[in-house]
Amino acid sequence: MKLTERLERIDRRVIFLIIFLAVAGPLIMPIGLKIEVSEPVQIFYDAVNDLLPGSRVLVSADYDPASMPEVYPMNEALVHHLFSKDIQIIGLGLWPQGIPLNQAAMERAAQVHGKEYGKDFVNLGYKAGGIVVISALAENILQTFPADYAGRPIAELEIMKGVRNLDNIDLIVSLSAGDPGVREWIMIAQGRYRKRVSGGVTAVSAPAFYPYLNAGQLKGLIGGMKGAAEYEKLVERSGTASRGMDAQSIAHGVIIFFIVIANVFYLIGRRSRK
Amino acid sequence: MKNQVPLLITFIAGFVMVLQYFIPHWPFSDLQGLFNNWFLIIMVFAMILGIGNLLKLHLGKLQKKASGWWYSIVLITGFAIVFGAGMIWGVESGSPFDWFYFNVNLPMSSTMFALLAFFVASASYRAFRARTPEATLLLISAIIVMLSRVPLGNYVWDKLPLVGDWIMGSPNMAGQRAIMIGIALGVVSTSLRILLGIERTYLSGK
Repeated sequence: MKLTERLERIDRRVIFLIIFLAVAGPLIMPIGLKIEVSEPVQIFYDAVNDLLPGSRVLVSADYDPASMPEVYPMNEALVHHLFSKDIQIIGLGLWPQGIPLNQAAMERAAQVHGKEYGKDFVNLGYKAGGIVVISALAENILQTFPADYAGRPIAELEIMKGVRNLDNIDLIVSLSAGDPGVREWIMIAQGRYRKRVSGGVTAVSAPAFYPYLNAGQLKGLIGGMKGAAEYEKLVERSGTASRGMDAQSIAHGVIIFFIVIANVFYLIGRRSRK
Repeated sequence: MKNQVPLLITFIAGFVMVLQYFIPHWPFSDLQGLFNNWFLIIMVFAMILGIGNLLKLHLGKLQKKASGWWYSIVLITGFAIVFGAGMIWGVESGSPFDWFYFNVNLPMSSTMFALLAFFVASASYRAFRARTPEATLLLISAIIVMLSRVPLGNYVWDKLPLVGDWIMGSPNMAGQRAIMIGIALGVVSTSLRILLGIERTYLSGK
């Protein structure tokens, strides 16, 4: 077997080892690569930053632990940003596993900013039904979620006073890793009820939301860990996304290197076979 | 009767939902609320049915000692513990349910997804080949977007993020719009076929 053929069929454990080193190395010894803020993230930041103190933001945690490294940093940075501006948060989720993550992010941020559950933030929990849940929320929030995630009646909570439906929400933010998620919030809350919707999504699904962003239906988009790192930079709070950027940069570089090298071997091999 | 009643229910429910979108006034607005509530209740029962079906399947595997039966023990035990913890102590922060979520579910799910990085690297080395001009174009676009989406791209060439943004904002968006319009037209035509009773596969599976 020729060298090029042998290299084309390199043991995948070698590739695994190189990727492991590429990810672990920068996490242990950070390089500190500079993060530039992209336009979609800037629009997202402005949409949140322009809200007045006392506004209400609905944060829908439509993700799960599998996508946590990408989406949770957005969740953390967002709730810090909201609490720092004295904005009330109404949390819920179209994915059951997003509820504890959103709750953890809100509780941690609440400790830092001295916020209180039931007064400054609430977690309504999960309800099965996706798009229909959004439609029901647009009609009546208290009827759709009579109790919070732990079963407490929400009508008694101070934050819910004066809240009837999505008309009483100033901004909806969906942090999503798939469907139901940002797309459904745009389709119903924005498309039908003309509410302001912003989104945070995984990097792999971000390209699908550019048409909504371009049409102005989506007020900003945070895409993947890079987007989360940009948002952390804007809110001046270095979190896990900023720390992970070096590792992701090197990992991307290594994967690109693999692609280029493999194609060089492939082209050399093809020419010699001819 | 067995087919006609479900067809009639589908027709009425479907057209009421279509009408309430265009006529958001009484009685259609009230009907929308009513149908939404019914749907949310049905979804809960669908979930219970799903859980019941999953348990039935795995209990059957256990009884028959089918291949990989001991995975079924893990599933049933895991379900019983987490379900029991949630029912007895609730799901609030600091509860046993919460502990299981953050110390068992979360690391396991994250680990499974993290493995993707290794497989993507391996697959990119083996499968991503410039075999045709179209594949070459895709390859070059992918490399530019991959680099432009990380800070490293700025160091390679400071205009690279702009090129990446152009790819995402022009060719990508055009493609995405075409796909979305195609899907929307498909959804409309399939929905109409179901509402009018032309498409009946959901009734009998045939």
